Amino acid sequence: MPKLNMVQAVTLALEEQMTTDESVVVLGEDVGVDGGVFRATEGLLDKFGEQRVIDTPLAESGIVGASIGMAMAGLKPVAEMQFSGFSYLSIPQMEGHASRMRARTMGQFTVPMVLRMPYGGGVRALEHHSESREVLYAHNPGLKVVIPSGPRNTRALLAAAIQDPDPVVFMEPKRSYRAFKEEVPAEPETMEIGKCQIVQEGTDITVVAWGAMMHTTKKAVKEIEKERGISIELIDVLTISPLDSDTICESVRKTGRCAIIQEAARSFGPASEIIACINDKSLLYLEAPVQRVTGYDVVTPYFNRELDYMPTVGRISRGIIEAVDF
Amino acid sequence: MPKTKLSDFSISYMQILDENGAVDTDLEPSLSKEQLVELYRHMQWGRITDERMLKLQRQGRIGTFGPSIGQEAAHCASMFCMRDDDWFVGCFREHGARLMRGESLVKQLNYFNGYTEGNVGGNPRNLPVSVIVGAQGLHAVGLAYASKLKGEDSVAIVYQGDGATSQGDFHEALNFASVWNVPVIFVVQNNQWAISVPREKQTKSKSIAQKAIAYEMNGIQVDGNDPLAVYTATKEAADRARNGEGPTLIEAVTYRMMMHTTADDQYKYRTKEEEDSWKPKDPLVRFRKYLENKSYWDNKAEDKLQAELKADCDAQVKEFESQADFPRDVSFEHVFGTEHAVISEQKVEFDQELEEENDA
Repeated sequence: MPKLNMVQAVTLALEEQMTTDESVVVLGEDVGVDGGVFRATEGLLDKFGEQRVIDTPLAESGIVGASIGMAMAGLKPVAEMQFSGFSYLSIPQMEGHASRMRARTMGQFTVPMVLRMPYGGGVRALEHHSESREVLYAHNPGLKVVIPSGPRNTRALLAAAIQDPDPVVFMEPKRSYRAFKEEVPAEPETMEIGKCQIVQEGTDITVVAWGAMMHTTKKAVKEIEKERGISIELIDVLTISPLDSDTICESVRKTGRCAIIQEAARSFGPASEIIACINDKSLLYLEAPVQRVTGYDVVTPYFNRELDYMPTVGRISRGIIEAVDF
Repeated sequence: MPKTKLSDFSISYMQILDENGAVDTDLEPSLSKEQLVELYRHMQWGRITDERMLKLQRQGRIGTFGPSIGQEAAHCASMFCMRDDDWFVGCFREHGARLMRGESLVKQLNYFNGYTEGNVGGNPRNLPVSVIVGAQGLHAVGLAYASKLKGEDSVAIVYQGDGATSQGDFHEALNFASVWNVPVIFVVQNNQWAISVPREKQTKSKSIAQKAIAYEMNGIQVDGNDPLAVYTATKEAADRARNGEGPTLIEAVTYRMMMHTTADDQYKYRTKEEEDSWKPKDPLVRFRKYLENKSYWDNKAEDKLQAELKADCDAQVKEFESQADFPRDVSFEHVFGTEHAVISEQKVEFDQELEEENDA
């Protein structure tokens, strides 16, 4: 079983899916000769040719709009946005057409495309390169929003996204791209979209995170368990929409406590939605208010200040302990 | 060093049949009597059904819609070149062309009565109505890319208005189409008005066709009320596209004879006199003259056609109004192609609420 980092896992999934399904095409800015600015599509041009690995003009709306047409004609386009911050230029196409085509035609036309984009902070990049705006997509009925957290689930979820009959926004936490390696199975595997994963079982508190925050949260969880001798149930959300609230709410009914770790700005974020679901399904089981450890409701600061903005191991630990000690 | 000339550009205008019925025999397309009469019938069907829809809207029997009256040559004669396996990508002002693609009037009425059921059926390569202005050119580019990749010789034809040419997506579509050399025909129905904004405030360019030059693409301006010119330009574009010679931009100069939509009052921004000045250029009037000059048509044939189309229209309106009610919870069926717990839960809730209301 090879050990891969997250970027290599993306490449592997693309290569596997392009090999088994001729309708899969990859397109975007610099995805061909350059192999993508993060090298996620490296080697694909040589292997599959320029008809299926397309260096597009620099126009995000164009990339997505053309992908929609390709998908309606039976191809499975995997479009890359260089950074999630540039994808907003294509939101009119995603909201106005990709998300609606199935409903608009009562299933006659569908848009089985994947929109890949690196998102999130922590890599000392320029403005517009560090935001975590998954809710912009999650609030659109008809779009699925997937956020992997490590190499293995990246490869499995990207495969599932490519095989999915609906448009999937696949947000890759770029801070984790090369942060660590993980063993991935030699054979292709998929994970079900729309399901959380219980990373470790526990009894005293449910901790929920996703994306790059998983890595930081795992460190905090390990520290607290050691220091306090408590048992933490850790859940990786993996799919922001459709949200698997059942798994989270069931866990909260068991532990009675919950902390949610979110890189994005606090208000109207996925954490708010998760709390609303707990309110609907598990409120009377709670022993303490649900804690949110999040980014702040400010414009994402430039990189010299971004680590103060993002939840750190310390902030996450304090949030978890507050829920435990309440 | 002196400046050197990089390139010379020119753009053509084509008219074959003028408003008096005079024809340029050098450019006249070789269409049989049957073909010409068939095209005339399509244009009349578009006009008659559009006029009926206007009445139905005024009577509150359907919702808001944008009439295509006056633009029948621009969209019907261009569609007349296309094959069934070509892709039809419309916006909402090519009513006659949509009907030519196997879509019934009943379906159109359902759509404009606020039911998605009106978007389903017809030719499986008809895209649904696209309300957002200018977005759909890119879809045509993607469809055409797929045709090319699969080795098909089908073409995507996409309809847009003069207002759409100001949108970024319009330009991105032209650029992508040209760089990728894909089989797309961009038809711009330049009807002079984007709601209240006249063509000269939309773009400083002397023509819309010339925007093709910047993208190294074939472009031509035609008299959009002349079905022979529209047909010829589109046929040439389709032949080139099938031959691997890439996309074409056709500007069909026409006039929106009515309001933007039934929710609009056009006399707030333009005069009755201006509208009247376009009446002699009506595409149906001149096409009928052409057919009559060729002895393909006469009053008797016209009366017979009008009676037939009116009867068909009456029958379809009747069918539309006698349909059983559509289900109220259909919106929950087509959000995703896979089971979605949240949607399923909400559908149960929705159905329960409906029952509560029925019981109340």
